[in-house]
Amino acid sequence: MTSPTLGRANDLGLSLQQQRQRAAFWFLAPMVVALFCVAAWPLLRTIWFSLTDTSMDNLYGGKFIGFDNYLRVQTLSNGTVRYRGTLVDPAWWNAVWNTIRFSVVSVTLETIIGLGIALVLNAEFKGRGLVRAAILIPWAIPTIVSAKMWAWMLNDQYGILNDIMMNLGLIDTKIAWTASNDTAMIAVLIVDVWKTAPFMALLCLAGLQMVPRDIYEAARIDGVHPVKVFWKITLPLIRPALMVAVIFRMLDALRIFDLVYVLTPNSAATKTMSVISRENLFEFNNFAYGSAQSTLLFAILAIFVSLYIWLGKVNLSGEGR
Amino acid sequence: MSFGYRGRAMRTAAVAAMLAVVSAPVMADEIFYVSGAVGNAVENFKTLVKPWEEATGHTVTMVPMPASTTDQFAQYRLWLAAGSADIDVYQTDVIWAPQLADSFVDLSEVAKDLAPTHFPSIIESQTVGGKLVALPIFTDAPALYYRTDLLEKYGVAVPKTWAELTTAAQTIQDGEKATNPDFWGFVWQGNSYEGLTCNALEWVKSHGGGQIVESDGTVSINNPNTIAALEQAKAWVGTISPGGVLAYQEEEARGVWQTGNAAFMRNWPYAYGLGNGDDSAVKGLFTVTTLPVGKEGDPSAATLGGWNVAVSKYSTKQEAAISLAMYLAGPEAQKQRAIAESNLPTIVSLYDDADIAAAQPIIPQWKDVFLNAVPRPSAPTLGKYAEVSSKFFNAVHATLSGNGSAADNLAALEADLNDLKGDAW
Repeated sequence: MTSPTLGRANDLGLSLQQQRQRAAFWFLAPMVVALFCVAAWPLLRTIWFSLTDTSMDNLYGGKFIGFDNYLRVQTLSNGTVRYRGTLVDPAWWNAVWNTIRFSVVSVTLETIIGLGIALVLNAEFKGRGLVRAAILIPWAIPTIVSAKMWAWMLNDQYGILNDIMMNLGLIDTKIAWTASNDTAMIAVLIVDVWKTAPFMALLCLAGLQMVPRDIYEAARIDGVHPVKVFWKITLPLIRPALMVAVIFRMLDALRIFDLVYVLTPNSAATKTMSVISRENLFEFNNFAYGSAQSTLLFAILAIFVSLYIWLGKVNLSGEGR
Repeated sequence: MSFGYRGRAMRTAAVAAMLAVVSAPVMADEIFYVSGAVGNAVENFKTLVKPWEEATGHTVTMVPMPASTTDQFAQYRLWLAAGSADIDVYQTDVIWAPQLADSFVDLSEVAKDLAPTHFPSIIESQTVGGKLVALPIFTDAPALYYRTDLLEKYGVAVPKTWAELTTAAQTIQDGEKATNPDFWGFVWQGNSYEGLTCNALEWVKSHGGGQIVESDGTVSINNPNTIAALEQAKAWVGTISPGGVLAYQEEEARGVWQTGNAAFMRNWPYAYGLGNGDDSAVKGLFTVTTLPVGKEGDPSAATLGGWNVAVSKYSTKQEAAISLAMYLAGPEAQKQRAIAESNLPTIVSLYDDADIAAAQPIIPQWKDVFLNAVPRPSAPTLGKYAEVSSKFFNAVHATLSGNGSAADNLAALEADLNDLKGDAW
């Protein structure tokens, strides 16, 4: 099979390098086509929808209206000028702020807790394999199931969390975790940290196991304090792995939808960018407006990731250090 | 159970096969019926459609959805926009007809004999531009549930106004808390979803504050009566109602009530039958009355609810689907629903039915309650209703949870609704 092909390629006067490039192209082509279909095409279509006046009743009949869904100026009959569109919509900026607050707090907590767990699991002890598997359980439970489960545990009347805290005397009245605006975000954070800290632990553990043991031995012989060992040896060496783990989590956190939607639907205190764009897309029949919000969500994610990679000098190529 | 089910399926299949041989070829279709599920709706539905399945040879599979109507609506809109043929028959809320009219089959021709037996106002609510979008299967109007034993114990009269309710609930709660720390005076639906629109509309309307958007399209929500109504409701949270009521939907409120932990509850008729079930702690200890009013002499306001069946125009089995819709909206199914689930019929003559009166004595009394029911402003706001309702329940929820005063939130809501309205709805 191969020799005639090679023969023909040679006839065309291609060098080995060119042949390899050509082969690589054909091997990559299916992947590129698949990615275009499942990622690029929906994205381009969403951007297109955001520039039209499409509604759910008529998905293919939208007219091009430029950037009106983002920002438009209206002059009312009485002469007042007002601005409309997503970019001046307080509900949208509330959602952006909620999302950022959620992402920063949850990823910070998850990184600290995850790293702590990873340090413990990295030590040699009996039954380590079992504990490593057990710690992953929260992450393996589907989000909807864990959100529902926590919704019951956080329930103000029958919830076990209130019951335990009452019995311990930590609180004197039952807290309505998901109902009150002050605690709704805390409730979402508790569930998210519980669910994703194990994932961070796993990624940190992978990083920790790359650290050569002899460095620790040398430090111990020199009598370096363990805390100093952590800051001067462990942390710098696992930093690349940690940065990649944080970027994964951050991307995930910035587009959080399912947990918020199940635990605290419609609460303005927790509504995130994904939740609000879904609401406009499907519930309010503002398909184009929701598409504009989805597009902005994509833009914010893209800007964030570029900044992070640039500022953190994260090496995603996996080559060298 | 599974044997019984299989046996029934086999029998149905056999009947269908026989029919196929003797009469004109009949195709046994499997119809998918989607509906929100509260209480034991799923089990009841199987019993309800059995006679239809046996008569026609078709089968029905119920696809249960979350109880929140807001969530159901978004999902249905998604399916219908995608032209999905997976669902043949939709159970639709009374407020959805104008928003989903384009995706459903016109039933006015097939139901020309059945429709006039229903309450004309309900048929009218499901008619959009001369097209009968959905057939009513039951109507809903909430009531005030109260514990007869506790009212007697504390010598409290049945409250007529919201102020009386507040005092009565406080008295009973103060007494009961001594022995039962989980006891509350009044539970209702305060989560930010469509149900809060219903609850709040009742407070507002019974205080003379209008109905959010009037039938001529004017936004009427910002007025002193509405402010008073919302301030009063806000005072309940944390005093006679648990703080968590702001996350309650129907089922959470019923949970507190049915375990015997509340003196009063605002809920729909379905809770009546379930509250008298054998596993209920309040069986035989409660009854219902009309919702309180702002001041003595005002008419009580109960939000008109109710469910309908609509046939998707994307269904590939429309004949069978229409037949099912006709059956569910017909007298036989409505009567069974009334007896088994205390759902209010929409067929006028069933209110004089002796069997229903014997099984669910509250139903005949309900006729007057719901004849005075307030519709939500879905007719004047047309396709924008979902957004109007969402803005309203968010403003109410913010007020109740202490996030801004009623006056400020309502002023902002009025501006938002007028923006949304533009030149016309």
